[in-house]
Amino acid sequence: MVTLTVNNQRHTLDIPDDMPLLWTLRDVLNMTGTKFGCGQGLCGACTVQIDGQPTRSCITPVSAAAGKKITTIEAIGSTPAGRRIQAAWLALDVPQCGYCQSGQIMSATALLAAKRNPSDSDIDDAMAGNICRCGTYPRIRAGIKKAAASVTADLSEPTTRTET
Amino acid sequence: MDALSMEDVSASRRNFLKFSVSAAIGGGFLIGFAMPARGEIRDTLTTDAPFAPNAFLRIDRTGKVTFVSPVIEMGQGTYTSMPMLIAEELEVDVSKVAVEHSPPDDKVYVNPLIGLQMTGGSTAVRGQYVPLRRAGATARVMLVTAAAQRWKVDPATCRAEKGAVVHTPSGRKLGYGGLVDDAAKLRVPENVALKDPAQFKLIGTPQRRLDTSGKINGTAKFGIDTRLPAMKFAVVAASPTFGGKLVSVDEAKAKAVRGVTQVVRLDDAVAIVATNTWAAKQGLAAAAPQWDAGANAKVSTADIVAQLASASEKPGVVARHDGDAAGAMARAARRIDVVYEQPFLAHATMEPMNCTVHVTKERCEIWVGTQIPGLTQAVVMKVTGLKREQVILHNHLLGGGFGRRLEFDGTVRAVQIAQQVQGPVQVIWSRAEDIQQDLYRPYYYDRISAGVDAQGKPIAWTHRIAGSSIYARVNPAWLKNGVDGDAVETSENQPYDVKEIHVDWVQQEPPGIKTAFWRGVGVTRGTFVVESFIDELAADAKQDPLAYRLALLEKNPRSRAVLEAAAKLSGWGKPLPAGQGRGIALCTGFGSFVAQVIQVSIDKEGSVSPTHAWCAVDCGVQVNPDTIRAQMESGIIFGLSAALHGEITLKDGRVEQTNFGDYRVLRINEAPRIEVQLLKSTEAPGGVGEPGTSCVMPALTNAIFAASGKRIRKLPVSDQVQQKG
Repeated sequence: MVTLTVNNQRHTLDIPDDMPLLWTLRDVLNMTGTKFGCGQGLCGACTVQIDGQPTRSCITPVSAAAGKKITTIEAIGSTPAGRRIQAAWLALDVPQCGYCQSGQIMSATALLAAKRNPSDSDIDDAMAGNICRCGTYPRIRAGIKKAAASVTADLSEPTTRTET
Repeated sequence: MDALSMEDVSASRRNFLKFSVSAAIGGGFLIGFAMPARGEIRDTLTTDAPFAPNAFLRIDRTGKVTFVSPVIEMGQGTYTSMPMLIAEELEVDVSKVAVEHSPPDDKVYVNPLIGLQMTGGSTAVRGQYVPLRRAGATARVMLVTAAAQRWKVDPATCRAEKGAVVHTPSGRKLGYGGLVDDAAKLRVPENVALKDPAQFKLIGTPQRRLDTSGKINGTAKFGIDTRLPAMKFAVVAASPTFGGKLVSVDEAKAKAVRGVTQVVRLDDAVAIVATNTWAAKQGLAAAAPQWDAGANAKVSTADIVAQLASASEKPGVVARHDGDAAGAMARAARRIDVVYEQPFLAHATMEPMNCTVHVTKERCEIWVGTQIPGLTQAVVMKVTGLKREQVILHNHLLGGGFGRRLEFDGTVRAVQIAQQVQGPVQVIWSRAEDIQQDLYRPYYYDRISAGVDAQGKPIAWTHRIAGSSIYARVNPAWLKNGVDGDAVETSENQPYDVKEIHVDWVQQEPPGIKTAFWRGVGVTRGTFVVESFIDELAADAKQDPLAYRLALLEKNPRSRAVLEAAAKLSGWGKPLPAGQGRGIALCTGFGSFVAQVIQVSIDKEGSVSPTHAWCAVDCGVQVNPDTIRAQMESGIIFGLSAALHGEITLKDGRVEQTNFGDYRVLRINEAPRIEVQLLKSTEAPGGVGEPGTSCVMPALTNAIFAASGKRIRKLPVSDQVQQKG
């Protein structure tokens, strides 16, 4: 038995310890927002956050995630950084086919949560593990900057802040 | 709706955010943040709307408009541009239109440029520009007529606006929802008038995509996201050599894996069925399938290239013969002869191949993302012996197409597996299977020659293309006078003014390997060759590559305009530091004109980085300008991935590449800064999904030449600049 906390919900599952988190989410919990792309941690489509750290769920056995706080694309909008990233993605129409975007957003959100004002090289470092075949990279970069700017804007207007 | 600028859209979004925040605080508790709703993509067809004047449109009693799209969304923005065509003539707010995937039907949902229900070839706007506007206009006329009859007034005194009919003299107004029952009783008028483009309110304005909301919160449904009660999961492995057969599997070992329920053997493949994908993958590893490698066991890339080189020595089927190229060649001051080679390419869509199928005696139900629903249904009818109405296909958003999902091989395979499985089964290809069992962009071997006069101007031009024919496999009826129009595209109709020209084509099929369309199709092959060669001629003539092109394009103002615009954007001619260079290229395909300048930086080790891309586009009438920009950005990065790294190679009959480690694609840190300029035009709309890809490959290699003097005649670039030493 493995106990996982996914998006603040506890699940006790009768699955092998070595089952990757990706397949547990997709096939056992039917949470299909997290995507299968390569199975080897090369493309980032499967990125989730474990205790806030972007993690490739396709190479992470559930045993390594047990007892930790797992956040997926389905709930990232309830975090301040996730909300800002989603709003920027929407404003700039970042996605094309959209298949890689769950992973992109999970990586971008972790970056923004860690760095209020990421530089281009911060963005390169944080996002180089996430492939997009549609080539949305220019908009991903612009989206992260827009989301960062919205943090700055909010700080100067405290009355509009909603996060704690 | 009124034309909104981007600024207006973001301003209204800001207002929305403020509103929701204050409402939440005013309510005394913080509700979850609600993203502004935009667009609705439905995964199932609704059929209950009372008013459905044609196959594309349904309006219900609340006035909600549903659009059944004849083309599928695979990233190209078609689920926004197509509803815009409808909404323009129907006079409704495009952001409130719901979009549904069309069911398989090659007649009703035909792509008029292809004759089938097919999304591809950058044809969506070109093919549907009139039919979908007509569909919207027809519905509008019927709604206006219904309102006029109710008011007992002349329809000519009524107008449609914002989802309602207004009686202009009295100001009376009826929403579409209140008119649908009456409108449904009217005869559908034929050939209703379309708006004069000068009256467009929506077409040509930047509209936000309708499919973004679902793609940022995990709710967008791709084929692989299908979940059904009691669904099983299967992974498939096919013979690693082309034409090989399955000899044996260790079924006991596979079944010993927890969760594995079944081993399905096919002639040339095996599938492991389980309660989850992970178990199936482990089961496959345990099954250790053994193969009879078959007739192509020893095939290598070198063999295939040698066959092509040899084939290219022989005259081919003539695609174009103007004047006397041989005679002019003999008169020329000099001749330049070059061979260009382009490799096999995989599609490597982000969503690996997958298909979910439930087969029973009475029916076969399929959940998949496909660019060809009608053809897929037809082939499944053959495989299963079922009738059309028994083969139900649910299309999905595509996690990338690029031509891969123009094929039905995956669905056929999944159906063959599902025929042996009780209940629904989702069949998934691992990334390695996805790459190694792809149908590849052909390896092309082009021989091209020019005779130039004393000033270096081409007076004779011959071009022979040797390669596989995709048309011959897909639909031999598409060959015209024995010529595959795709294989000779952009060579047979190259844009430069040369009077004596001869183009021929030699079909040479690689043993056992199926070839397929890949983003940019024949235009991608032809543009690389023609634009590389014209650059070589400019260098031979010691002329500026831009000026040399312009001088040969006097009869082609649209080509000139995009070249000049891209050059201007790039600061063409401004000196660059050593190790940097700019290259230019023109692409005339898909009814559009695209020019690009790429700037590269080459370090001391010879490693090439594309740092900047400037792109000018004249695609005729623009439907959604932001989508056009997005497609150019996309095409550039997709093309750069292939030109720099993309290559499928064979050794001992097997594809050597397995995943994104050895089939490299550009990552964000490797992508250039991109600037796109759209040129206004009133010409017929052209395609935009592919020319960005076709144009960038020669722009890149021409830039490498400018930076290093190294001419790349064989793709990918890979480490060729390093080998210069």
